[in-house]
Amino acid sequence: MIRLPLWILGAVLLGGIVHLSTVLAMPKAATQDAYSRLERLSPVNVVTQLPAPTASEATMPFMDPAFAVAICRYDLSAGALKLRAPLSQAYTAITFYTRNSVAYYAINDRAAGRRVIELDLMTPEQHAQVPEEEDVTAADRLIIESPTRRGLIVLRALAPEPGLMPMARRALTAAQCRIEPAPQ
Amino acid sequence: MRLFFGSCFTLILAAAIGLGATWLTVTRGIAFGSLTIGAWTAWPKSGSVDIDPYARAAIARTGELPVGVGDGVAFYAHTDDAGNVLDGRCTFVISGITPAARFWTLTLYDTQGRMVANTLDRHGFTSAEILRETDGRFAINIGPRARPGNWLPSGGVEQFVLVWRLYDTPIGVASLTTKEGPMPAVVRKGCG
Repeated sequence: MIRLPLWILGAVLLGGIVHLSTVLAMPKAATQDAYSRLERLSPVNVVTQLPAPTASEATMPFMDPAFAVAICRYDLSAGALKLRAPLSQAYTAITFYTRNSVAYYAINDRAAGRRVIELDLMTPEQHAQVPEEEDVTAADRLIIESPTRRGLIVLRALAPEPGLMPMARRALTAAQCRIEPAPQ
Repeated sequence: MRLFFGSCFTLILAAAIGLGATWLTVTRGIAFGSLTIGAWTAWPKSGSVDIDPYARAAIARTGELPVGVGDGVAFYAHTDDAGNVLDGRCTFVISGITPAARFWTLTLYDTQGRMVANTLDRHGFTSAEILRETDGRFAINIGPRARPGNWLPSGGVEQFVLVWRLYDTPIGVASLTTKEGPMPAVVRKGCG
C-alpha cells in the first residue's frame, strides 16, 4: 500500500503530459474550425460572400450581425495572391488568418488611407524571390507575408444601421483575390 | 501482478486527468492575458500571433474567428456587475459610456454563440443607431418583454452572452489598467 501514492504521482505527471499534448494538438485535429466550415462554402482563391447570420443558421458562432462578410480562402502553392478591395462608406476591415484561425494581420480603411485596399499576399519564400529593386520602387505596394501556405482573408464592411446592409454587401461584391503565377 | 495492476491504474488515471483537464480548460474558455473591466472581459492577444495555446484550442473547437488586433477588440460578459448570470427571463439595463472607438456594436448570443430568435429580428445595436441622451449617455434595456427606448430582446433564453466589439480603438494588448476604458455598467432590474 505504500506504493499507492507513487502510482498516483506518476498518473498526475503523465496526466499533465496528456493534457498539454492534447491542447497543442487540438487546432490540428479540429474538424469544425473556421477553415473547415468555410471549405464547404467557398472555392479556393475566390472572394465569396457569406450569408448574414440568423438565429437558426450561422456560418460561424459569434459572428457580428452588423457586418457584411466576404472571405477569400487562399492557397499560395501556385504563386502569390493579389487582393483588391474597394472600401465601403462606413468602416471596413480586412483580417488575415492562418489555416488554424490565428489572426496574423489586420488592416482597416483608415490605416489604408485610400478608397481601395490593394495588397500582395505571399509566403516568406515567395517574398524572398521578389526582385529587390521592385520591392523598393513600389513604395506603396503593400506586401504581406503569410506564415502558412493556406489561410483565410476575411473582409468585413459595417452596416451602421440595418437599412445600410445592402450598401455594405454591394461594396464587398467588387472585392477580388486572384493568384499571380510565379514569374518563370 | 502488482506491477501490472499498478500500471493499468496509473495509465487510466493519467488519461482521465489529462483529458479531463483539457476538456475543462477548452470548454470554459481559459486563456491568458485577459483584460477585465466591470462585467466585461476581453482577450486582446487572441487576435494576434501571440495567442496562447488554450485560446487556440478553444477557437479550433468552436469554429469562431477572433477579432484581429488591427481591427478591434471584443469584450464578453457572462454576468452582470454583481455577478448574476445573464438570464433571459430577467431585465437588465446597460448604461454609461464606452471607451474611445470609431464604431462599436453590442450583440446578444446564447451560450453557444448563436443569435437568439425574436419577433423584431433585433440581435444587437451599433453605435450609430442607438438613442442617446443629450450628454451622450445611453441606456439599453435587455429583457423578454418590449420596452421603450433601446430594447434588446432576450427571447426568454435561460442564459445569454453579451459581446461588445470596439472597432478602430486604442484599447488593445497594451491596455492593462481599467482607467483607459470605462465600460458600461450592467445591472439587473428584476426577474419574471
